[in-house]
Amino acid sequence: MKPPKFDYFAPDSVERALALIAEHGDHARFLAGGQSLVPMMNFRVATPSALIDLNGIADLRGIRIDDEHRLHIGAMTRTREIEMDAQIARANPLLHAAVPNIAHMQIRNRGTIGGSLAHADPAAELPAIVLVCGAAIQIVGPGGRRSVGAMDFFEGIFETALRDGEIISEIVFPTWPAARSWAFDEISRREGDFAMVGIAAWFDLDASGKISASGLAAIGAGDTPLRLSSGEQILIGRSPGADVFARAAEAAATDLQPASDIHASAEYRREVGEVLVQRCLQTAWERSS
Amino acid sequence: MTADRRLTLHVNGITHSCEVEPRMTLADCLREKLDLTGTHLGCEHGVCGACTVIVDGAAVRSCLMFAVQARDSMITTVEGLAASDTLSDLQQAFHDHFALQCGFCTPGFLTTAEAFLSENPSPTRGEVQSAISGNICRCTGYVPIIDAIVDTAKRRLESGK
Amino acid sequence: MTIPTPYIGTSIKRLEDRRLLTGAGRYIDDVKLPDMAVMAIYRSPYAHARINGIDLAAAKAIPGVIDAFCAADIETDLPAIPLRLAPFDGFERFLQRPIARDKVRYVGEPVAVVIAPDRYTAEDALDLIEVDFEPMTAVTTVDQAAAGETLVHEDAGENMGTSYRVGRGDADRAFTEAPYTRRERFTTNRHSAVPMETRGLIAEFDPDRPLLRLHGATKVNFFNRRHLAAAFGLPEDAVELIETDVGGGFGARGELYPEDYLVPIASRRVQRPVKWIEDRRENLTATNHSRDIVCDLEVASTEDGRILAMRATVQGDMGAYIRTNGGVVASKAAQFLPGPYRVPSFSCEVQFLITNKTPVGTFRGPGRFEANFCRERMLDMVAADLKIDPAELRFRNLMEPAELPYRIGELVPGDVNATFDRGNYSSAFKRLLDQVGYADWKDRQGEIVNRRAYGLGIACFIESSAAGPPETARIIVSADGSIEIRTGASSVGQGTETGLAQICADYLETDINLIAVLHGSTTLVPTGGGTFHSRNTVMAGNAVRMAAETLRSQCIELAALRWNTDSAGLAYQNGAVHRRDDPGTKLSIAELAIFAESRDGEELASDAAFDNEGKLSYSYGAHAALVAIDVATGVIEVEKYVLTEEIGRALNPAMVQGQAVGGLVQGLGGTLLDHMVYDDDGQLLTGSFADYLLPTSTELPDITAIALEQSPSEFNPMGFKGAGEGGIVAVAAAVGNAVVHALKDHNVQINDLPITPDRLRAALRAAGA
Repeated sequence: MKPPKFDYFAPDSVERALALIAEHGDHARFLAGGQSLVPMMNFRVATPSALIDLNGIADLRGIRIDDEHRLHIGAMTRTREIEMDAQIARANPLLHAAVPNIAHMQIRNRGTIGGSLAHADPAAELPAIVLVCGAAIQIVGPGGRRSVGAMDFFEGIFETALRDGEIISEIVFPTWPAARSWAFDEISRREGDFAMVGIAAWFDLDASGKISASGLAAIGAGDTPLRLSSGEQILIGRSPGADVFARAAEAAATDLQPASDIHASAEYRREVGEVLVQRCLQTAWERSS
Repeated sequence: MTADRRLTLHVNGITHSCEVEPRMTLADCLREKLDLTGTHLGCEHGVCGACTVIVDGAAVRSCLMFAVQARDSMITTVEGLAASDTLSDLQQAFHDHFALQCGFCTPGFLTTAEAFLSENPSPTRGEVQSAISGNICRCTGYVPIIDAIVDTAKRRLESGK
Repeated sequence: MTIPTPYIGTSIKRLEDRRLLTGAGRYIDDVKLPDMAVMAIYRSPYAHARINGIDLAAAKAIPGVIDAFCAADIETDLPAIPLRLAPFDGFERFLQRPIARDKVRYVGEPVAVVIAPDRYTAEDALDLIEVDFEPMTAVTTVDQAAAGETLVHEDAGENMGTSYRVGRGDADRAFTEAPYTRRERFTTNRHSAVPMETRGLIAEFDPDRPLLRLHGATKVNFFNRRHLAAAFGLPEDAVELIETDVGGGFGARGELYPEDYLVPIASRRVQRPVKWIEDRRENLTATNHSRDIVCDLEVASTEDGRILAMRATVQGDMGAYIRTNGGVVASKAAQFLPGPYRVPSFSCEVQFLITNKTPVGTFRGPGRFEANFCRERMLDMVAADLKIDPAELRFRNLMEPAELPYRIGELVPGDVNATFDRGNYSSAFKRLLDQVGYADWKDRQGEIVNRRAYGLGIACFIESSAAGPPETARIIVSADGSIEIRTGASSVGQGTETGLAQICADYLETDINLIAVLHGSTTLVPTGGGTFHSRNTVMAGNAVRMAAETLRSQCIELAALRWNTDSAGLAYQNGAVHRRDDPGTKLSIAELAIFAESRDGEELASDAAFDNEGKLSYSYGAHAALVAIDVATGVIEVEKYVLTEEIGRALNPAMVQGQAVGGLVQGLGGTLLDHMVYDDDGQLLTGSFADYLLPTSTELPDITAIALEQSPSEFNPMGFKGAGEGGIVAVAAAVGNAVVHALKDHNVQINDLPITPDRLRAALRAAGA
């Protein structure tokens, strides 16, 4: 299980990386953390002619919170850095809670947030968190810089809005209200495995105690991470409570588009997805009240 | 550029120089070029943890990193965990707790645990279990490995190391 | 002679550890020989296909590639891989040749070999091999195999490897007359040993000398040497099998496989050492799978739950060929179906079916794990039907000490003398129930705490050990006082060096640190039995004891010569011979070694072989599992696990504990996770560790493993019974029973393994939960 030959470049700037990918064409690929790409290369499922290694580009790394309390995470920031960062626990507790579910420590030490989004595994955690938070994905490429909302970013299994020669530079999470209720839960065969199904949830209350905004997203239940808008709509304008959560979960389940594989049937994913929506909403509510 | 290139690696406090193809994994480079065969290959797709080494303080899969990516890094392998003729306290704890049988996975557990304990010197048992959940052992059933790591952390805290 | 035994029975720290902890172990891939090349194998991507042509030209043209070959390029016709165990009539039609010639029969079957300077180049060459395959219908289930519409081996005319019926008493009559009967179908999942170190070999083949040296061998080296010598037309002493450190065996490693022939052929062709290291993708299709049994089991009993008879059909899915382990898995499943219970009548049809999957061999507790699951699940069903507590039902049927030894009958063809030795099954079972607090639990089955349903499951087991040929040991004392043990037994990572040194140190009354243990290699001793069936401590251990006893006598004789006195006046104690009338006058074994050396260069050494004449020791005991099931998600947590195992005598209690806990966790994998899944085309869908799931550190129960030493084996003076497999054999049974109890309100039954959240939810859905 040895990878095939490839050219290797380790640029130290985004500009240089973009120039290299342009120069080396269709079969060149960017290398981020490599925790998905390199296994595929070792299996010779992926056979890039060249790797443009982004690990040496300091501009792509880092975590900061801007004046409007938006959280900015550089694309090449390692998952483990997100896990260990105390400010993220406040700036986006949902993200912080989801990250330890990603594979294992060694993988998180190398894997990056940008790499995970670009890879777009429908069972991965980070895409769903980005989606449910309505984060913006900053992209840089031959056509300059652009920003794509998470809702428009994931296009299919391993398919995204990234076009040839583009890389993710940064992910910007909107301001997280301090009072927001949230929860993340997933079911996997073993700790660290890809989820058979997982749910991220949050909601905000208005002054009268009614739900004013909500987010529900699922992993492992479709070709992309899914926003469960039918469930979200049930919540809006209602007071939190077990009955409302159950109705929201039932509605959310209609948005799931699961497939079967050797680990779980589509039926299991749909059924347990509904259970998890309900549990997440309940957990979110209990935690904040 | 697929051709061999000269590479300088800092491993266990020693600077090595070797020629590698870009595609050579760090694991293969350590084993084949530097003859540091304590780093083992159990799956070559990033699941079993046998090839774990410490790169700039972090435990990583050396089968999922190319040697050329490690050129400026400080690398520690199982061979570098202890001073010459002694066992490290962690290695000694593995010995005392019967935390190895065939020993093939052991280097990966040791490097993983060492990096983890430097990050979290006073872990709960559950945190230790999670930290090593990316390492597969087929012999011991993990219990003595967890005991050894928990015990090492406790001793280090007590001795103020 | 009373020997003080400070080492035997003590948890001596392992002698193997230091090198393994410091990265100085020497596994096969760590061995590098001058001028060594590596080889890689092109394996069939099809489960069943005709080979119409193989083109190696492009592969050979890659710069650096040394050679490439396929079956047509091998001058001598290679013999089939032999049967080592359970060689039933009919199997000879389904043996495997080391490389496919006209047809491939499973995904992973070797088709061609590339030899290159390094593995990277070799894999580049594999990518360029062109094979013209003509795909055929794949046979992927035992039912499809039995129907015989598609034949895996056309010449055989059928897919039935063989079949036979065994039994005792008159089962049919018992069933006719019994007031209660029940019939169920159980399946056990195809899974495998999957040691962390994959297989690997290095061959040095010099046909002129002649010498074939094969590094990386283990388990049954002397058997393998005999067959390799025959295959290559060499005298046995021209073949050397060399054992290195081994990264786990569990039954699968060290059998003769195609690669044991292909690597020597490669070395012979290129006239340099050739290394082959199996990668994990290869490992999951090339190394024996195991388990994979379908069992239709019927039980007949009285109304108060006393078993009158069992009837069964056991079908083993053997995969594409019968390999060295022959019919072990299914035959042992049949033999162990009645278990430790009083089953007066038993009848079992055993069928071995050939399919287009990886061939099957042994995995820790072969047949026992499977039989145990079927029987113990069935007993819980009987208990529920008859409204008898499951523990009480077992007590009513466990054989009592007065009924032992018990000749079980010829439940494997030809095995006419199989006899359960003495023991007290009820006592081991009671110890388990006390430990787990069964009395408190039996009324709490199905209790819901924090939306999880709790259940406690129990299972009893019996398990044989120490079969096979005699084992050898040689003890050599050097002039510096160091002691070397050489044995024909292998070490596959279980602590053999430590255990044998403990015995030797006690019987020679010396410091254990003076002792080194060399094992396995055919260059060490003239012959040996090998390592399987939990036999090392029993067989090699007693061989070492005998060699040490002989050495003590030799020391006395030597001292008598040295002192020119009668040996009757001398005694051996504390590693030295002294005069009985003057205990201060001594000759240490080091001094005696020097004296021996001075007499015509004699070595102070002794040899022994231990033969138990086929009298097996049976370990037995019981398991209990406490599970908590999240009913809404089907997630199963095994919270607590207790097992008791009677092992006669513990050589090293900590190592015994390690065997029990390690086996148990492997068993949890086989129960909940490990599963080789094939699609209808015979493609393996679990070809990586992302999909083939092994237990990890976060899925562990709180474990209590109790080794009992109440019933020493009568078949060896030290009283040992094998302790390597009791930890695994009853896990699926105990967990399966626990799950059923937890979900008793929903009447879910567990008849199939593995038990997964998906399958549990499907069952619960069907039950309306």
